Amino acid sequence: MKRKNEAPVADFTEPYAVFTPEMKNTHTVLVPDMLPWHFDLLTHILRGEGYRVEVLHNEGRAVIDEGLKHVHNDACYPALCVIGQFLDALKSGKYDPDRTAVLITQTGGGCRASNYLPLIRKALRAEFPQVPVLSLNFSGLEKGNGLQLGVGLVRKFAYAIFYSDLIMSCFNQVRPYEVNAGDCEAAREKLNALLRKAFDEGRFSRFKEYVKCVLDEFAAIHVRDEGKIKVGIVGEIYVKYSPLGNSHLEEFLLSEGCEPVVPALMDFILYCVVNNLNDAKLYRKRNRSTPLFFIAYIWLRRKQKTLIRLMKESKFEPQHDFGHLRKCADAVINQGVKMGEGWLIPAEMAALAETGTANIVCAQPFGCLPNHIAGKGAVRAIKKMYPEVNVVPVDYDPSATRVNQENRIKLMLATAREMDSQIFSDEKIS
Amino acid sequence: MAKLLGIDVGSTTVKVCVLSEDGKTEYTSYVRHFSRVKECVLSELEKVAPFGEEFRLAVTGSAGLGLAQRASLPFVQEVQAAFIAIKKLHPDVDVAVELGGEDAKIIFVTGGAEQRMNGSCAGGTGAFIDQMATLLDVSVEEMDRLSETAERVYPIASRCGVFAKSDIQPLLNQGAKKSDIAASIFRAVVDQTVSGLAQGRKIKGKVLFLGGPLYFLKGLRRAFREVLSLDGERAVFPDNAPSFMSIGAAMSAIGSHEMTFDEIVSRIRSMKDEGNVAVGKPLFSSREEYDAFIDRHKRSDLEFENIYTYEGDAYLGVDSGSTTTKLMLITPENKILYSHYQTNNGQPLEIVANRLREIYYLTGGRVAIRGACVTGYGEDMIKAALKFDFGIVETMAHFKAALHFNPDVDFIIDIGGQDIKCFKVKGRAIDSIMLNEACSSGCGSFIQTFAKAMGMEIEEFSRLGLFAKRPVELGSRCTVFMNSSVKQAQKEGASVEDISAGLSASIVKNAIYKVIRARTPEELGKHIVVQGGTFLNDAVLRSFELETGREVVRPAIAGLMGAFGAALYAKEAAGGLISTVLADAELERFRYSSSSVTCRGCTSRCSVNVLTFSDGRKFISGNKCERGAGLKAVDRPLDLYAYKYRRLTELPVPMSEKRVRVGFPLQLVMYEQLPLWTTFFEKCGFEVVLSEKSSRELYFRGQHTVASDTACYPAKLMHGHIESLLDKGVDFIFYPCESYNLDEHDSVNHYNCPVVAYYPELLKANNERLGPENFIMPYLDPNDEKSTVRALRRSLAKYKLSAQLIRSAFRAGLARMEEFHREIAAEGKRMLAQAEKEGKHVVVLAGRPYHVDPEINHGINKLLTSLGLCVLSEDAVFEEGSLVKVNVLNQWTYHARLYRAAEYCTRHENVDLVQLVSFGCGIDAITTDEVRAILERSSKLYTQIKIDEINNLGVVKIRLRSMLAAIEEQKRRREEDEA
Repeated sequence: MKRKNEAPVADFTEPYAVFTPEMKNTHTVLVPDMLPWHFDLLTHILRGEGYRVEVLHNEGRAVIDEGLKHVHNDACYPALCVIGQFLDALKSGKYDPDRTAVLITQTGGGCRASNYLPLIRKALRAEFPQVPVLSLNFSGLEKGNGLQLGVGLVRKFAYAIFYSDLIMSCFNQVRPYEVNAGDCEAAREKLNALLRKAFDEGRFSRFKEYVKCVLDEFAAIHVRDEGKIKVGIVGEIYVKYSPLGNSHLEEFLLSEGCEPVVPALMDFILYCVVNNLNDAKLYRKRNRSTPLFFIAYIWLRRKQKTLIRLMKESKFEPQHDFGHLRKCADAVINQGVKMGEGWLIPAEMAALAETGTANIVCAQPFGCLPNHIAGKGAVRAIKKMYPEVNVVPVDYDPSATRVNQENRIKLMLATAREMDSQIFSDEKIS
Repeated sequence: MAKLLGIDVGSTTVKVCVLSEDGKTEYTSYVRHFSRVKECVLSELEKVAPFGEEFRLAVTGSAGLGLAQRASLPFVQEVQAAFIAIKKLHPDVDVAVELGGEDAKIIFVTGGAEQRMNGSCAGGTGAFIDQMATLLDVSVEEMDRLSETAERVYPIASRCGVFAKSDIQPLLNQGAKKSDIAASIFRAVVDQTVSGLAQGRKIKGKVLFLGGPLYFLKGLRRAFREVLSLDGERAVFPDNAPSFMSIGAAMSAIGSHEMTFDEIVSRIRSMKDEGNVAVGKPLFSSREEYDAFIDRHKRSDLEFENIYTYEGDAYLGVDSGSTTTKLMLITPENKILYSHYQTNNGQPLEIVANRLREIYYLTGGRVAIRGACVTGYGEDMIKAALKFDFGIVETMAHFKAALHFNPDVDFIIDIGGQDIKCFKVKGRAIDSIMLNEACSSGCGSFIQTFAKAMGMEIEEFSRLGLFAKRPVELGSRCTVFMNSSVKQAQKEGASVEDISAGLSASIVKNAIYKVIRARTPEELGKHIVVQGGTFLNDAVLRSFELETGREVVRPAIAGLMGAFGAALYAKEAAGGLISTVLADAELERFRYSSSSVTCRGCTSRCSVNVLTFSDGRKFISGNKCERGAGLKAVDRPLDLYAYKYRRLTELPVPMSEKRVRVGFPLQLVMYEQLPLWTTFFEKCGFEVVLSEKSSRELYFRGQHTVASDTACYPAKLMHGHIESLLDKGVDFIFYPCESYNLDEHDSVNHYNCPVVAYYPELLKANNERLGPENFIMPYLDPNDEKSTVRALRRSLAKYKLSAQLIRSAFRAGLARMEEFHREIAAEGKRMLAQAEKEGKHVVVLAGRPYHVDPEINHGINKLLTSLGLCVLSEDAVFEEGSLVKVNVLNQWTYHARLYRAAEYCTRHENVDLVQLVSFGCGIDAITTDEVRAILERSSKLYTQIKIDEINNLGVVKIRLRSMLAAIEEQKRRREEDEA
């Protein structure tokens, strides 16, 4: 019973720069450092589409200070990092503000994250009103300012994410044990170059071939045989992957002699896709794109299964199977919890616990709303089901110091080592 | 074999111990390091030299981490160290609680080992206790002694020091006993440990208490024993509690390599600074620059008049602030006869009375006080006690004073002990006011507490910062965060000078970017006057000028501006008669006594303080409404909040026959959908039972199941409502999960916020008493009948309801909700008309539906009606507002109402909007700026009030009175323009 609201309309919007199609040729598009593992290929694809894309890597106090200046005190940390990075870059003199645009993703969900774009626009208005903001989303938001997504491009993105996830997984499984320092990094570089070429030459869809190529490359690296503590990383999507957001968490875990286990980005993509299907099921919220999401789901799942099979065959610990993740979620929380990272967080915790990674860092921005429920709120239920689980929720915030964060992680690791030694001593006795 | 050596370097102390080869303790020490970690560790080590030439050692502690890394010594995480020592020394313990300087930890030993540390936003630590002792102006030991004679415990927010302060300050100002406050502080620490740390896991069995504070403070021990109901045997307070971690560290060193004593010392001595800390520019590049700066500021000064010889009229101004009291007596020519600035020491009234006596003595009858005016937190009390002529809101006082120094002033910033106040001025009237929120109040008293922690006076401490070479960059948020930033800087070897300068800079940044929320310094204005005691600190003043890039005016009386402004007001407003302020002889006889009682005026049962004066008059404070003050309540106040709350609680129909009882927790989404679900369930043949009214006690009842202590207060209260319903023995609790709220067709989407939408999941996961039998939480979208009926039928399958019945009951519910909404809107219209007739100003108190809960809004609606206003709610007016296009993504139902309500206000001259924001509401970080923009585009004032569990209306009152004064001023100007 859609009815139209007949009330008069008052317009409080302020003008902003629009990204016109011609700008594709004239403007450099800045991308925040969100997904270091994935952006190498993703931005390469965008370049192939004619966008002049550049990923930002600026860090440090200046970035955070710009963020603090332009973002509300209570807005979440990722917004602050992203905006800080943009403004710091624009002020660096490296880019001509008249020929620069910025790119941000929007999921269109019920948490604050979809408002990053208006927040960026607001921040830019103060100092660089001529800089347009480009949106990457699948929810039909920002028509006219969105990146134009055809089926072909979306398909390329999907392949790139699969490949990048795979490189990330393999790297993390081999790097802690490599005998010759730098082997893994070299493999990563080599594979990325190879895949970039595959996208250039249109051969990227030879899925099995390239997956095997990645697996073989990492399998060939000479490793030490030693036991290290595995630590899973789950949480809010930005601080989970972005080193700027999580104070270089993966590097820190490596330096502590651990093996970081980072779940695949594809699971988050699938989570977003399946939420649309769940909405259709729970609330009959169907529209024209529902069948498209369904087709996408089936296709992505098929690819994922292939990937997992190949990983198993070459003795790598496979990534989570999304179907299994959904089952894990059902035991803890309803799949209706779909804002932010929602049910995916407890699902990943459970899946990690089942696959021998009981030590988990739950990374979240300070005061993250969905995380109250699905992160911190779900830990107790998870512990009940998997008593060996050892979770530390870590808040990321512009003023939270690394010392504080690292000390908490060290505490988690101390418990992990304690449990580890108990297991060893038990084995000795028996 | 070598002896074992343990070194524990915490945030404030160093602990060293030596154990014999077989683990017997031979030596322990415990000293404060005052941030000089390296020096302190070395001097403590010297004392260890006689115990041997070789040791096996391990370092532990939060500051020990850096030390160990840089000196390449073995390190063990402190909780692990504790764990080792517990297993060796107290193998029968179930739980260990350790409070340190800035850390608090719980170790669950039995029943699934688990170790927890305080989060980044947590009080309840040694530093918190130190801070509170400073506030009471006693040493920690004295505070402990005081707590023994306590008679009652006040509720004090424990999550962070800043919050606790805002609870304690009014208590002090109202004359509550220090002994009671001391006990309340210890209680707050315990509450924090139980709720913030244990988070749903019960502390039971045999409990071991560790760390300095728990060893030295008997009052704290007592509070823990009481709250956890532990008898003597189950609470263990070991003698080696302060150095326990160092003992654990030493024990962990058993397997490590031996090292010679000299080697250990030389490694520590030769360790280098890491230099990882971000460093800012020095405040002054040269001595000349400093001298020029000092000369420039000397120009803003007042003249003095000799009080010993002066004859004639005079005007008295008093600023009774939160931490300090300021007095000033001026001549009609604005010359200073007498001024005074003093810390309250919790006795503001005593101080003003004594100073007034001194004035009478010094002037010897030659001076006639023609007018006396008081401002600040203590305004009401002083005015009543000493019979001052006038009381004005402090923002007005500061404005008056600033105008005197610069008639062109367009921006005033005042940083006091506990407040930051800023106003923009347009056309010689206050245009907008910004006050710090509870969370960002890293103000003057913060530096003071810090100076004390470093064993220095504030003057000396800030002077050190002036010539710091490498000021450290600290955060710019809450003081708790700053504490850990400082910790980090210390760890990395920053000097006291650098930290002092860094703190000054963070206070300034906090004010500019967080309170004022300026994007660029230009936004502040051209003619800036800075004032408040904190600006007397040259390092802060300099930081402010550097950060804004402007030369500002700082009057030499920066700390007395409130008092000066009050005196100026007295001069303007006095009618030439003699002041009513107590005369010399009356003052000699003046005495008072204070007592605290529970008000029985209504069901709120506020605890109020009564001051009884020697002439028989009384002054009552701490009351939330007029009744408590012994006055008659406003006749039929125009208060839609009270009306709506009453109507909601009247909804369920009492049943005579026995039926299945369904319980609704009256919180969050139920405040909106109660009419829908009561009607639905009553039509289906159930009896509806509501949870008890919200209260602080109810919150405490559910506190042990709160999983995330940074969630908003309404959400945290929900846990108490659930306990209440379980205790009432309902058959089941109904609480649906709703991603989507009702579509009101005025926004892009119609989401609920994540907390409102999914809180049942959190309750289910964290309250052991809830299960699928007694907690029914279907996923619904009330916009879609078919799927809702299906979901309800499934979740209520046990009661075998037909689809038809559910459908018709659901339709009836929706109709009832619509009807309820229309009723509220109609009542709103009636009140509006009435207000217009009576010439009353109207305030739309705009928040969320659950903000009508008196425990959440803390009676702000009553405060507004007592100020002579009519109070409406946002849901009563938004439908009169236009649809709005805003800059942000407008996708939440409740928030869309806010924008429309704001739009409505812009078209009504007699209606203003006050936005209520719950602390921790991430979504309001987006709405507040947008609502402000909508209002300011039509030159309406924007006022925001942040509310949490703190129950302190003092600050709120200042804010609302300032707003009213500004509205009056605007009105007057408009009338002038028209004339």
